Amino acid sequence: MDNAVLFSIRLSLQVAVVSTALIVLTGLPVAYFLARRNFSGKELLDVLFTIPLVLPPTVTGYYLIIIFGRNGFLGKHLYLLTGWSIMFTWYAAVLASYVVALPLMIKTARAAIESVDTNLINASYTLGHSELGTALKVILPLAKRGIVAGTVLSFARAMGEFGATLMLAGNLPGKTNTMPIAIYSLAGSGDWSQAHLMVVLLTVMSGIFLYIANKYSKRII
Amino acid sequence: MGLQVSLEKKVNGFDLDIKWDIDNELAVLFGSSGMGKSMTLQLIAGLMKPDNGRVSLDDKVYYDSSMRTDIPPQDRPFGYVFQTLALFPHMTVIGNILYGAPLAPEHEKMERAMEMISAFKLAGLEGRYPDEISGGQKQRVAVARALIRWPSVLLLDEPFSSLDRPLRIEMRRFLIEVKKEFNIPVIMVTHDFDEASAIANKVIIYEHGRIAQTGTPDGIRKAPVNSYVEQLVREE
Repeated sequence: MDNAVLFSIRLSLQVAVVSTALIVLTGLPVAYFLARRNFSGKELLDVLFTIPLVLPPTVTGYYLIIIFGRNGFLGKHLYLLTGWSIMFTWYAAVLASYVVALPLMIKTARAAIESVDTNLINASYTLGHSELGTALKVILPLAKRGIVAGTVLSFARAMGEFGATLMLAGNLPGKTNTMPIAIYSLAGSGDWSQAHLMVVLLTVMSGIFLYIANKYSKRII
Repeated sequence: MGLQVSLEKKVNGFDLDIKWDIDNELAVLFGSSGMGKSMTLQLIAGLMKPDNGRVSLDDKVYYDSSMRTDIPPQDRPFGYVFQTLALFPHMTVIGNILYGAPLAPEHEKMERAMEMISAFKLAGLEGRYPDEISGGQKQRVAVARALIRWPSVLLLDEPFSSLDRPLRIEMRRFLIEVKKEFNIPVIMVTHDFDEASAIANKVIIYEHGRIAQTGTPDGIRKAPVNSYVEQLVREE
């Protein structure tokens, strides 16, 4: 395996691990609030977080450029303050994967948290436990399978992210070319043997992740 | 003094408006299904918020709409046994019981839990999960879990409805013993007058979200106030 292929594999794994960690840290509280709280605009907030699931990734990427690009309404200030822009760095690949894969975590975890028996939650309160204690000791353990399934699905989606990543991080060999982007380049330049290798690798890995996710999500019901 | 309850709550077209009080006794909320008995327990425990009313025990107020007092359920000293028992499926018998004493010091917690295990005849089952024990054992775990932190009131929402008759009779005896041992007001919801008259000093009869009659089981049987009460008592 040549160094360029190894680099892409390593970068894809790195991007997927970091974005999945961020997805668990932020997606879980969001899923919890969507599942357990009633407030006006709740379903609108759900749509806002999960719309990347149905948008073409290029459209999601376009929005991210508008927000985080060098002239974007957040990116502009960051660039003025620090002289640094997230565009065309591996952080941009993380951001793209994060936004595109987050909905899978929110949808799956929200459904799992909503399916926890209300009586069990109420029992925990009547036994003297706070909302946080109840969330940590009753709700999350009982929603564990859904949360694991959401995590694995998010990871698989992050590994395979292409459109938004290409728009945000570009296709810089040795810098931002994750596996899907490297495959696009290799196929474009007719380097089929390397492309074959990565395609098979990505397919096998995605298959394994999907198998794990199915195994967990089936047991939720 | 004792437990004083006055509650108003409108929800999904149902209108609850009740007022009663009990001393240190074993009282039963009795009536057909859907009359507001279980809702009353949830309102007392703070699991639902009344539109108006007051819940107090001796001189401590837990809810008062006029004073905007609303103590959250975790800070109310009310033990609650759910109709479904609500045992945590991911915790063992001992885990479930220990969970009922979150504020006790670690060393004392285990000691108290072991006392509960022996008092409630659960020895040998400590490491089992709820789906590995019998219906009667589950009932005892649920009651032990609700009592381990020595609540000031015990609320039971039809806890014996899923048991067969011999076990129900055994559980009635068990509840009377619990009442004696813990010496706190016990309120149980049931729609079985046999059960009510076997255990209760006081029966509070619910009719469409209102109190139809209050009295001793015998008193009510002898002088029902209306045809609804008469039918309820006669049917049993």
